[in-house]
This record gives sequence, structure tokens and C-alpha cells, in this order.
Amino acid sequence: MAVGTVKIKSAGAAQSPLLGFAMFSPAVLYIVLLIGAPFVLAIFYAFSDARIGSGQLHYVGLENFRSIIQSPSFRQAVKNSIIFTICAQIIVLVCSNILSIALEKPFRGRGLVRFLLLLPWVAPVSLGTIGWKWILDSIYSVITWLLIWLGFVNRYSPPMWLGEEKLAMASVILVHCWRLIPFSTVILLAGRTAIPKEIPEAAAIDGAGFWRTLFQINLPMMIPILGVAVLFGTIFTFTDMTVVYILTNGGPYDSTQTLPNLAFSQGIQGSDLAAGAAISVFLVPVLVVIAYLMLRVAHRAEVN
Amino acid sequence: MAVVETRKLTKVFKQGELGAVNEVDLETREGEFLVFLGPSGSGKTTLLRMIAGLEHPTAGEILIGGKVVNDLTPRERRIAMVFQSYALYPHLSVYNNIAFPLKAQNVPRNLHKQKVEWASSLLGIGALLQRKPRELSGGERQRVALARAIVREPSVFLLDEPLSNLDAKLRLSAREELERFHRRVGTTTIYVTHDQVEAMAMGDRIMVLNKGVVRQLGTPKDVYDDPADTFVATFLGSPPMNLIEYEDLIVGIRPEHFRLAEDVKETNKAAFKFRVENVEYLGAEFILSGLLTGGKADGKKVIARLLLGHSFEVGSTYDFAVADRHLKFFDRTTEKKVPARALTWQ
Repeated sequence: MAVGTVKIKSAGAAQSPLLGFAMFSPAVLYIVLLIGAPFVLAIFYAFSDARIGSGQLHYVGLENFRSIIQSPSFRQAVKNSIIFTICAQIIVLVCSNILSIALEKPFRGRGLVRFLLLLPWVAPVSLGTIGWKWILDSIYSVITWLLIWLGFVNRYSPPMWLGEEKLAMASVILVHCWRLIPFSTVILLAGRTAIPKEIPEAAAIDGAGFWRTLFQINLPMMIPILGVAVLFGTIFTFTDMTVVYILTNGGPYDSTQTLPNLAFSQGIQGSDLAAGAAISVFLVPVLVVIAYLMLRVAHRAEVN
Repeated sequence: MAVVETRKLTKVFKQGELGAVNEVDLETREGEFLVFLGPSGSGKTTLLRMIAGLEHPTAGEILIGGKVVNDLTPRERRIAMVFQSYALYPHLSVYNNIAFPLKAQNVPRNLHKQKVEWASSLLGIGALLQRKPRELSGGERQRVALARAIVREPSVFLLDEPLSNLDAKLRLSAREELERFHRRVGTTTIYVTHDQVEAMAMGDRIMVLNKGVVRQLGTPKDVYDDPADTFVATFLGSPPMNLIEYEDLIVGIRPEHFRLAEDVKETNKAAFKFRVENVEYLGAEFILSGLLTGGKADGKKVIARLLLGHSFEVGSTYDFAVADRHLKFFDRTTEKKVPARALTWQ
């Protein structure tokens, strides 16, 4: 009797349109208020002369875009964003592949290693990055200390990890990789375990060694999941400003300036909302194209 | 071509547990078709995987062509294996699937096309070379898997239940095709199955396994007519052999040998009263199940298989008999075969 009542109740509830609406409305509200509205506002600002502290708004057409494209900082930021994204993606893919292979087979302490590996992803970005700021500090850097102790580096002219143009870029990329690798590894581990066990075994019987099995069997079979990992990684990297903002704030001399950080520093810190909005909106078509291409690659691989 | 030999081959997966394969001694003959037959969990696939080099033995030796290969990779053993799921590479065309072993073993590139064409024409899949595995039927996939296996001309063929994914009708034709194929290439072949009909039909010899132990190794006729123990006796044959306890013995009677007394021409025979409890009509034959009545075997359940030509009524008792030469004898405690003995049933 009781079971019957419960059944009827739940069946009735599932059919009620009100409940369904109530269930998904928080998600819709969240997206509309925190993503949709600012996005529309940014597009709107990008075609105006909005400034912080000024109550007036005028339509200025493509003027903001014309001016940012002419600015050397912006061009540098575009270039840096591309380098930052591509380098980070390559390093992340290679490392997470190696890790996923290493973590696939069971061994003693695998659970602990998997847990430790996930920590950079679980820890708040800002805290992790502040930690790295200390690790890479010009005076207190433990890396420099270690290199001096090992005799690789001269005590009186130590490398300035965040103060030299090339080193700063490398540092920013590596810290970002440190953060993204766990995420990518988890995705690739899932993709790897989805390959039926007999397939690599058949490859072994057919005479394929480790590298041939990896590059001709396992990786091609993982293309859909690799596509997802690269798509997410690219978007996370292209739109990320935390690492750059905390470590270098774009310096020295714009050498690590990326588009999100430039948008923030011009739009919010520099009060030029219109320019900041134009820089942010500039990212949208690029990301849409990347997302489209990645999804197509993933889809095609799946179909074949 | 080569001979596969195992010496006291053992595999224990978890320490302290019973082995999946226990001290198996085996020697194949040149070019033979050897079948590993057993129920699931009997260790037949584990044994095959150890021979293939996919599983490392806990103890014992594996020899291929007279050489110990325990520490050699599958590649170095020069064996080919067809998996139950076929394990075709889903992202490669049929052509590239078949050519993969050639690439992997560094066969000169200019020979690939010729060899792939040879293997694919041998199996009649020449028209499918540009397709992807997912565009093939079950039977076609099996042929691609076989073509991929023979293309490098292996010394030994290992087949792991290659017919179990096919439907019943296709299975029969695929079985004949496999037999023809084996006669044609003549490579030593080890075939794993849990299907006794397949084993009887295809095997030059059958090795019956249970719980990781070899119960009997012999020709299909040997294992069927002269089973080494009660497990082999009941595992082969459908319906299985009737086992009747008699003093310190177990007496085995095949259902087809348990016949109407008037049909048993032999002079030395054991007579029984048989009360029919159930009749199954299978078109070409009857399956009767019922009880023996009277004498020492009173109340024992027995199944008989008879050709058409008689009619039986449920509940009636008939005179049945078994020729003495068709009685099998097993020890009641060890369940192993023992020499024939004169029995008195009354």
C-alpha cells in the first residue's frame, strides 16, 4: 500500500511541468544573471564609450576595436595569448598522456598518487598561484636556492624567474600547466580505460611495440576524448587570467600580457570599460571557431 | 610450423588461492588442430593466454618449436591469435587491419599489398578491404580477424572462442570454413571453446579441462567413448552420460546405448525395467527420462535417447537393456575410470 502511494506520487510529480521548471530554473537563473547578462552588456559596451564614473554613453561604432587593434599592447597580448595557449596545451597533452599511461595499471600506492595528482586542480587557483609566486620569487625562490646548491647557477646573478621576459613567459606557462595537467589526466585516463583490453593485446600479438601501440592504436582510438581535453584546455587557457595576474600582471614590459589580463587592466583598473569590453569580445569569435573545430574533429572520429 | 609444449605450467592469480591453471603438461603435434574444452572458469583461456605471452606463468615452462619462450614477448613467439571479440582496430580499414602485423614486424613495404591480397582472397574478403570494421557483419569480422592472423604466416595459431559471437546458423558455416581453412594452411592450431559439439567436430584431439586441471587428452572418439573420469563423461554428450551408483562403483551409460531390450542384439547385456516419466519428441529422435525400477538400481533417474519407430506412454514400464561393452566404470571416491567388471543388477 505504502509502496503504491509513493509510486503514484513520484509518477505524478515527474509529469508536473511546474516541478521540472523549478528544478532547472536555478541553473537558468545562474546562466542568465552571471554569464548571459554580463556578456550582452560587454557587447553593448564594446560599441560605446562607457567609462567608469561617467554616467553618459554614446554609440561609437567600431571605434573601440580600431583603437585596440592599433595598440601595441593589444597585439603583444594576442601574440602572447596564442603562444601561452599552444605551448601550455602541448605540454599538458604530453604530460597527461604519460601520467595516464603510468596510472592505468595498478601498483602499490596508486590511489595515493592519483589523489596527490588531483590536488593542483582541487586547490583554489589563486592560493596555488600565490604559492608559486613565492617559489619563483626573485630573492626567496627555492628553485634558485636548489640550483645554487647544486652548482648550476651563480649565486651573484641568479635567474629572475618572473623578471626576465622569456623566463617570465616560461614560468607562467609552466604554472598554468601544473594546474591543468590533473584535469587532462583524469579525462585521458577515462578515455584510455574505455579502450577494450583485447585491442592493445591484439597489437602486442601482431608484433607492435610500446610506441607503435601508443601512436597507431591507442591515441587514434582516443581522438574523441583527446578532442574534448584539448577543447576544454584551450578554453581554460585562453580565458584564464588568474595565473598571469598574480604572477606577473602581464609584465615585464607586456611580455606575459594576455588578452583577459589586458581587458581587466584596461577596463577595470584603467577605467576604460569600453576598451576592456572590446578586448573581451574580441576573444569570442576565436573561441567559437576553436570550439567548432574541436567538436567536429571529435564527432568525425566517433563516426568513423 | 612448430610444436607447442608446456611443462607443469601453472598460473595462480591470487596468492593462497587455487590456481587458474595447475601443472598442465601438453605437447601438440605438428599441424594438428587441438581443442581446449572446458566450462567457463576451467582455465582454458588462461592457458591459451600464457602460450600467447599475454599472461606470465607462475611456474612451469612453455616451449615453442623446442625453445623455452617464457620470457619472450608475444611478438618474439611468432604466434597469431584470434580473440573472442576479434579485437579488430576500429579506426583502421580492413586493409590496414590486415597489414598492421606486417608493418609491426617490419616486413618490407613493397610486399604488403601482395600479402594482404593473398590473405584476403584466401578468406574471401577481397571486396571489403576499404571498409571499416563497424561496417562488417559478424562473420565478415571473423574472417578479417583470421586474415590478420595468417598474413604474417605464423608458426602457431591460437583461437579463443572465435565462433561464440556468431548466431547459430552462421556458426555452423563458419565452423566448416575454419576446418577447410586449417586443412589448407596446415598450421598447428589451438582452439579454445566451451562448446562440446564444436570440439568434437573440429578437433584432431581434445584436451578437456576443469578447474585448471587436465582431465583427459585424446581424439574426439577417445574422450567420448572412453572418458577418463565422470567429469569428462558428463561434460561431453548431450544429454549427458547417465551415472548410476553401484556398490563402490559409478556405472556410466550413454543415453543412446540405453535401448529397448529387443533392439539390443548383443548376448552380454544388462537388463533393466524402465518407467517412463517424460517424453520429449525432437523430430528425429525421442528423449525419454524416467526411473529404473527393481533390482539394485531401483529408483535411479536415467535418460534414454531413441530413434523413432516405437511409441512410449508416460507412466508405463518397458524392458530396456545396455550391452556390456557400453558400460563405463568409475571409482566412486576418485571418480576416475576403472577396469570393467561383471555386475549383477538383480
